[in-house]
Amino acid sequence: MSRTAPLIVLAGNPNVGKTTLFNALTGSSAKATNYPGVTVDVRAGELAFDATTHATVVDLPGTYSLVARSPEEQIAIAKVAGVGGEAVPDLVVVCVDASQPARSLYLLLQCQELGVRCMVALTMADEAKAATPAPAKLAALLGCAVVQTNAPNKQGLTELRDAMRQALQSEVPAPLWRWQPSSELQARIASVVAAVDQDSNHTWPHNDAVAMWALLCCDHDDELVGVPPAVRAAAMQSPLPQNLDDEPTLARWQWLDREIPALIKAVPDRTNTERIDGVLLHRWYGFLVFAGVMTLLFLSLFTFAAPMMDGIESLVGMAGDQVGQILGPGLLRDFVVDGVIGGVGTVLVFLPQILLLFLFLGLLEDLGYLARVAYLMDRVMRAMNLHGRAFVPMLSGFACAVPAIMATRTLERRRDRLLTMMVIPLMSCSARLPVYTLVITAMMPGARLTQGLLMVGLYAFSVVAALVAAWVMSLTVKPLKSKRLPFFVELPPYRMPRWGGVLRGMWSRAASFLREAGTVILACSIALWALLYFPRELPAGARDYDALIAKATDDATKSALENERSTARLRNSYGGRMGQAIEPAIAPLGFDWRIGVGIIGSFAAREVFVATMGITVGVDRNLDEDAQRESLRQTLHDAKNTTGGKAYTPLVGMSLLLFFALACQCMSTLAVVKRESQSWRWPIFLLAYMTGLAYLVSLAVYQFGKLLGFG
Amino acid sequence: MKTLAQISPGKTATVVGVAGPRAFRRRLMEMGLTPQTDVRIVRIAPLGDPIQIEVRNGQWSLRRDEAAQIEVAP
Repeated sequence: MSRTAPLIVLAGNPNVGKTTLFNALTGSSAKATNYPGVTVDVRAGELAFDATTHATVVDLPGTYSLVARSPEEQIAIAKVAGVGGEAVPDLVVVCVDASQPARSLYLLLQCQELGVRCMVALTMADEAKAATPAPAKLAALLGCAVVQTNAPNKQGLTELRDAMRQALQSEVPAPLWRWQPSSELQARIASVVAAVDQDSNHTWPHNDAVAMWALLCCDHDDELVGVPPAVRAAAMQSPLPQNLDDEPTLARWQWLDREIPALIKAVPDRTNTERIDGVLLHRWYGFLVFAGVMTLLFLSLFTFAAPMMDGIESLVGMAGDQVGQILGPGLLRDFVVDGVIGGVGTVLVFLPQILLLFLFLGLLEDLGYLARVAYLMDRVMRAMNLHGRAFVPMLSGFACAVPAIMATRTLERRRDRLLTMMVIPLMSCSARLPVYTLVITAMMPGARLTQGLLMVGLYAFSVVAALVAAWVMSLTVKPLKSKRLPFFVELPPYRMPRWGGVLRGMWSRAASFLREAGTVILACSIALWALLYFPRELPAGARDYDALIAKATDDATKSALENERSTARLRNSYGGRMGQAIEPAIAPLGFDWRIGVGIIGSFAAREVFVATMGITVGVDRNLDEDAQRESLRQTLHDAKNTTGGKAYTPLVGMSLLLFFALACQCMSTLAVVKRESQSWRWPIFLLAYMTGLAYLVSLAVYQFGKLLGFG
Repeated sequence: MKTLAQISPGKTATVVGVAGPRAFRRRLMEMGLTPQTDVRIVRIAPLGDPIQIEVRNGQWSLRRDEAAQIEVAP
């Protein structure tokens, strides 16, 4: 074996057990790496043949074809053919679903046309049963090794490893085309080959298949990246006539239709799946089960996660207290406890919801139900130009936008993912709830019932806002416009979930959140802490609180002075000054500087608004939590503006509620969008459009309200 | 000529051709919706769209307006 470990690429259609096989082959060595420029994880791991010989195995995202329209789909050709700066693989293992081998083999034919070493791992034979083609006959037909495996039961793995090792030692085959291109197509391929030859690094002797790929994929409408300009120019010299465009696809299917049926002795039995579908996709029962599953998902994020989140918060609080006692009062303690440990808490508190959501998604995906959700809900979602698969992420947005945005990974196309990501933060998340509660109880008059209805109204408003925003953006923002590609979602047979894979996937999502988004959130929350903490010196002319507190004789005076000092410090902090500086801009919405500071502080997390308002209006922080809340409510209710009128009228309350419903007051959301879109462009766009929208709506409501005599 | 969208649930039809833009057409054909292939309409989604089809031992969800691009012979 050569000095550097050989490179093996694992390819195959979605839902053929490829990832389970990858996990079984590479064990715990697998690492997900983000493919540059796209939000697709490509996993790689080590495969040990024996103590000294290893190979690197790359798990390609599931694909039906090497033909590509988008950068995500382009990964397949890049990895299999070793183009675009990728290493040429030493072996491509194609997973072939025993219950529908022809569709899987379509991909194998494309690989063989490239002239790479290929072999087949025959999966799902336990499901196909009698319909499974005999491996030996298949191998004879395909001219490559075929090994039947059942990765979940570890069957056939040794044989597969041996076959892989043997294949690696075989000679690199010549390109194998099962069909003879017509002379017209041949001429077109020849006209592109020169450009491919010129560009390739000469490790690739047979460029016909690559040239044909370029001919089929390049046009004025594709989104491919990094196709060499000379190749693109040659491929697009003149449009490919439809008959030539169809020729490779039809020719491959013709060969498969001629050769494969003879190898298959039975039709795979789908009766169980049909029976379950009969209930789960039924007009009435189907929606009943659907509602039940979605309620459970929603409850688990909203309710079951709460004790875990409380636990994390109290653990972080305890850690802060312990460290605080060791460090003693002062700048260092405030930085470590409030800045760093508080920031770590902000990150960790997302974990329960992320873990639960991905546990659910993993189970539903494995079961085959996630595809059915897309099928059931597509009619509703497509009205807003969203994909049926966007439903679960959007629903999760009611709990928290952070895991919900991470869940957009279940959508295949980047355009669908981005559009969904852009509207999820409009869904009314649980962090808005404390803000709504405070504003409604402190500023809105009326009985419990009207207040309750207002709350329900805000939730309904958020759904409408998200759907309308999706619709508008899909028509106006170029990268979000819908392309006419088929909504061709496979409805796989129902299968028992593989717990190992589900838990592994859940953990890898959580780990990547901590590693990539977590660090950004931590840095932002420390920066926000500093913004609201510095400078410590009060301006000249302020009361000398330290001296007054030292002189105070009773506890009541002392705590009153301490609260006054906190308020003065916050007002004087950089963040406080920003709040006052933006007052002219937010005054037309009915907000004063105190709300301005609250809005700046709430960027760490929306519910922080409540705590910040507590300090800006000077609530006694020595009271217990309930009393503080009540005091804040009362203080806000009684607060006066500069002219002595009521500062927070119901109209101000309404304006503030709408502002919080629409504004992107959440740095964690932005950090996750940055991570998931792999670009700063989308979080900036999200922040800009949501803040703009919030501002305009609040402005309109407040100004019209005043005209009409409210407030 | 009939399209796949006009076939009622439970019935099988044979593909004659696929219309529509290049990428759309090719995607469907690569999945196996090639001429002379049998397609069975399994059912229609409760909200009337999309439809569930069976082709080459696999089941798929396809929107009605997309099915209307697939010409079939009963």
